[in-house]
Amino acid sequence: MPLSAQPPASAEPPVLSASLDNARHLSSLLRAVHFQDHATCFATANGLRVTVEAAKCVQANAFIQAEIFQEFAVQEESVTFRINLSVLLDCLTIFGASSSPGTSTALRMCYQGYGYPLMLFLEEGGVVTVCKINTQEPEELLDFDFCSTKVVNKIILQSEGLREAFAELDMTSEVLQITMSPDKPYFRLSTFGNAGSAHLDYPRDSDLMEAFHCNQTQTNRYKISLLKPSTKALALSCKVSIRTDARGFLSLQYMIRNEDGQVCFVEYYCCPDEEAAEAEL
Amino acid sequence: GNFFDEFQLEGVAAEHNEIYLELVPENLSRALKTAQTAKTFKIKLTNKHCPCLRVAVELPSLSSSSRIVTHDIPVGVIPRRLWNDFREPSVPDFDVSIYLPALKTMKSVVERMKNLSNFIVIEANLSGEMNLKIETDLVCVTTHFKDLGNPPWASEDGCQSSARGRDLESMAEARIDIKKLQQLLAGQQVNPTKALCNIVSQRVVHFVLLHEDVSLQYFIPALA
Repeated sequence: MPLSAQPPASAEPPVLSASLDNARHLSSLLRAVHFQDHATCFATANGLRVTVEAAKCVQANAFIQAEIFQEFAVQEESVTFRINLSVLLDCLTIFGASSSPGTSTALRMCYQGYGYPLMLFLEEGGVVTVCKINTQEPEELLDFDFCSTKVVNKIILQSEGLREAFAELDMTSEVLQITMSPDKPYFRLSTFGNAGSAHLDYPRDSDLMEAFHCNQTQTNRYKISLLKPSTKALALSCKVSIRTDARGFLSLQYMIRNEDGQVCFVEYYCCPDEEAAEAEL
Repeated sequence: GNFFDEFQLEGVAAEHNEIYLELVPENLSRALKTAQTAKTFKIKLTNKHCPCLRVAVELPSLSSSSRIVTHDIPVGVIPRRLWNDFREPSVPDFDVSIYLPALKTMKSVVERMKNLSNFIVIEANLSGEMNLKIETDLVCVTTHFKDLGNPPWASEDGCQSSARGRDLESMAEARIDIKKLQQLLAGQQVNPTKALCNIVSQRVVHFVLLHEDVSLQYFIPALA
């Protein structure tokens, strides 16, 4: 690390400092929640959580636990800042997005505290890139109040079963309708587009179904434009858990294994489409 | 001359043994695309109804007679009085000359930087160090390349430019349009034998890419 590239020495240690041998372990997870320009970063001793929201209806969280990092230190109880996620991703992938075998970008991240920019030091093949990204005032995040004890229906599926379905969703449909039931059709995805309606059923005894706990028949509609970005998380994941509560709120949790076999989670929360619900009344 | 198997040229006059032609690059590139599997390839300047570059491509064929595809590309012949407009700029009196880093790395970095800013600063010194920098309200990014080496240039009196008393650590820099740099890098399909750039501080960046028989030079002017 060239001395000229290091930040000016200050008396206090950075409020957040982290090192990662392979920056892809962070950038691929952040891509899975990148559907808006801005994200809120929340760091505690346990690790980093990056949250992206849209339309006050959908929220995505990427969790990168401290164990994923080679070094992770937080000087305060928690550190929060808002940052431009598109810029952060361009910086993390400065040496190229695709993985060439054998090469990886090493990352060091430092944040001095409120009002300071986020500093990134990236190194690959002896070349060093220093990034200084301005941070913003954190905004209040939605609390979906999704509690595991209030879950009505829950399914765990192997992601490969859903990938094609999500990639080919009829985007001319305004909504994605999800039906979960202890009886047929068990688990159904429906769209209502210009060409007609499409229904995709998954039987409860399918090989792809890892767990099936449905207590009540529920049919909920969600704005398809809000859920489509979750396809990125689905593409990276090996398993997905789909849960709904009594209000029809949806929780999608994706289990993602990185190149080193470590497991991280990304979750999406979405509230049901009000307009669709009203139209039915 | 060594590049071609056969080369004949007769310019306008003995002391002006050159021909300046203007053409639409897209037309030539399309003709060249058909030549990718060619056995032989000929270019002739003809003037049947109007000046044309006749590109004749001999393609492999299963039968004994070969298949020849001919493209006629209209060209404009530039009159001698305008030749001065097209004079190759001479190598500028540069402040720093330095070998470029691996083009693949430079390409990745510049592509990402292009998402973040419209302008890029290239700076380099005579100690083999080069930095690429972008700076906006949102973000500053600097990529540091080291141990690149500086090409030895002999000046008129035979001394190397470094002997002109320039501090080895001092950076020469120029701010250029990042799209132009990205296009230059994107156009490099094959790794050159030698790649270097000459920087005239705040004025121009001169890129020289040398292949076996071909040299490509790009001059990118600096912006305020």
